[in-house]
Amino acid sequence: MTKVKIELNGQEIMCESDEYLMDIARKHHIYIPHLCQHDRLERTANCRLCIIEIELNGKRKIMTSCNAKPVEGMKVFTHTPKLFEYRRINLELLLANHDLNCPTCPANLNCKLQKYSGDLLVKESRFNGARKMLPVDESSPSIRRDNNRCILCGKCIKMCSDIQTVHAIQQHHRGFDTVVEHSFNHTMAESSCVNCGQCVIACPTGALTERSDIQHVIDALNTEGKILIAQTAPSIRATLGECFDMPPGRNVTGKMVSALRKIGFHRVFDTDLGADITIIEEATEFVKRLKSKKNLPMITTCCPAWIKFGEQFYFDELNHMSTCRSPQAILASLIKTYYAKKLKIESKDIILVDIMPCTAKKFEILRPEFSGEADYVLTTVELSKLINQMGIDFVNLEDEDFDNPLGESTGAGAIFGHTGGVMEAALRTVADFLGHKDFKNVEYTKIRGMETCKEATVEIAGNEVNICVVHTLGEARKLMEQIKKGESKYQFIEIMACFGGCIGGGGQPKFNEEALKKRVEALIKEDEGKEIRKSHKNPTALKIYEEYLGEFGSEKAHELLHTKYYLREYK
Amino acid sequence: MNNHESLKPDIHKVLKKYDSKKDIIPALQDIQENFGFVSEENAESLAKKINSPLVDISGVVTFYNMFRLKPVGKYHIAICRGTACHVQNSEELLKYVEKKLKIKTGEITQDGRFSLEAVNCIGACAKAPAMMIHDKVYGQLTEKKIDAILDSMK
Repeated sequence: MTKVKIELNGQEIMCESDEYLMDIARKHHIYIPHLCQHDRLERTANCRLCIIEIELNGKRKIMTSCNAKPVEGMKVFTHTPKLFEYRRINLELLLANHDLNCPTCPANLNCKLQKYSGDLLVKESRFNGARKMLPVDESSPSIRRDNNRCILCGKCIKMCSDIQTVHAIQQHHRGFDTVVEHSFNHTMAESSCVNCGQCVIACPTGALTERSDIQHVIDALNTEGKILIAQTAPSIRATLGECFDMPPGRNVTGKMVSALRKIGFHRVFDTDLGADITIIEEATEFVKRLKSKKNLPMITTCCPAWIKFGEQFYFDELNHMSTCRSPQAILASLIKTYYAKKLKIESKDIILVDIMPCTAKKFEILRPEFSGEADYVLTTVELSKLINQMGIDFVNLEDEDFDNPLGESTGAGAIFGHTGGVMEAALRTVADFLGHKDFKNVEYTKIRGMETCKEATVEIAGNEVNICVVHTLGEARKLMEQIKKGESKYQFIEIMACFGGCIGGGGQPKFNEEALKKRVEALIKEDEGKEIRKSHKNPTALKIYEEYLGEFGSEKAHELLHTKYYLREYK
Repeated sequence: MNNHESLKPDIHKVLKKYDSKKDIIPALQDIQENFGFVSEENAESLAKKINSPLVDISGVVTFYNMFRLKPVGKYHIAICRGTACHVQNSEELLKYVEKKLKIKTGEITQDGRFSLEAVNCIGACAKAPAMMIHDKVYGQLTEKKIDAILDSMK
């Protein structure tokens, strides 16, 4: 790697020779518009918006900046009148056959095509191309695809194939007829799509968005004689603020609870408690497996996209999955049984809305074994839309606390929202269970951070345990191949489908990696600020076991808090 | 080309020599040669054989016009719509065949006897306007000539 000197918009700068010009400019606070570039994806330079002018050896030419590297003495111009004109033409060509009903588009005001058209003062497209008039695919409970709004940037395909290795979508046909669709024209619901929603995060327009359940929730809110309960996942508090232009990493727990009460929820509970109970059950299960040396490695099962992935591609290895439900499903089950009993009402008189970072949770609540539990899932982005629709001034809300009794949680529950968090929380409890005492050290920093595969060997009460934490399903596939061949050296594995874990979920506000790191920091800070940082010390959780479930891992706990997996066919 | 159900070839035999993703196109050509079209089922067999996602095969099949996703008739008519044939009025001939067989381009007659397709230049420009039925080229076509050819095919 060598340093080269270039001139960026008249200013001399030093940069690495193998960095891309777009990234160099970004480091110097110059933003070059782009629709198809993504830091973790192959750069194909097909949107042509990131064009720049360069001058080298007296020759001036236009080139794309996302895939070009600097050369000593190069002069780079990123925003010239000529470039404005060319970018405007490229935008007009993209708009020529685009569905321009922006106000009715689910990505309205959250669309890069719309933003750049505004920034570059595009007034109207001079090229009036034929509209595609393609049907919208609403077959999936999680994701909606409207190919009339697709600009064929290809990011969703690369996300699905290269990062997630799900291979649910691909370009079909050619020329004007090119569309992104599933094999042999199958619907999204029939396809191998695992509902992770990483394509939604990648999509620069409204072609891929979450399937909205906002209207269903509004209808539910106005149903007489029902108790309305909301539960909020660990990561929502670290991301919701961004929907209201607050800086990434601001913890907005208090405002979120307040907003949910203003919307009309009678009780607001914390999925962090569900997370604590997940850990108690999972740690009990792990200790049992470790002692009997059966079905190791054990794999966490909080992530519904990962579960569907496993059911589709690795059914024969599913004995490695923990049988524990996700925190969402655990709390939903307890709300509809334990809590309903406490209130002396029937479970059908409760309407439960989950606020989740995740499009796949919309699929999870429809699994037959969870029927009658959670009623609706709203993603972070949907909740922000509902807050806006209700006219709530979110930024200026006073902080409020979760309701009792299902609002109490520990630091271990808080860190569920980022990669490595479930493992860290589990190890805290496993250590105490195995060692029969209260260990002081609760931080396992080796498994924090954004690398997609993190491994460590930890000593727990005299036992050496090999652990591995992965996020993105491509990494999960590598681990599953090892397990399939009997070559896995691990005893305990955490898998999350989305990059960064739930804070990078498909239902979160769109992000860059900087924002992602800030979101993680917010959750770690919450953990550090809690007096109780181990799940099995959560007083509410212990009370529920004492009053209702019996011992950790009891028969009743298995009935209510565990689940099973199916062989899943796909096209 | 084999169009008889009873003599349906074995897909595993057809795919025997293909084993990598590079083979997608020749393998699909071989499938089409043997079965007359590329069915989803056969594409799935190919996906398993060369360890490729089905969606990538489906992308290739729809990209190239030469691949058909629907079965063809006993006689598959390919009318040339290349430049030379176009100036010799092949568009009208195509419409005439559509009317005669009561099907649209890309469809198959109810009795399964004929299917119709418009193709780009078949390289028989000297004989324009031309069409192909399986491997045989028919040139200097007129409506009358088409009647004679198609009526002789039972």
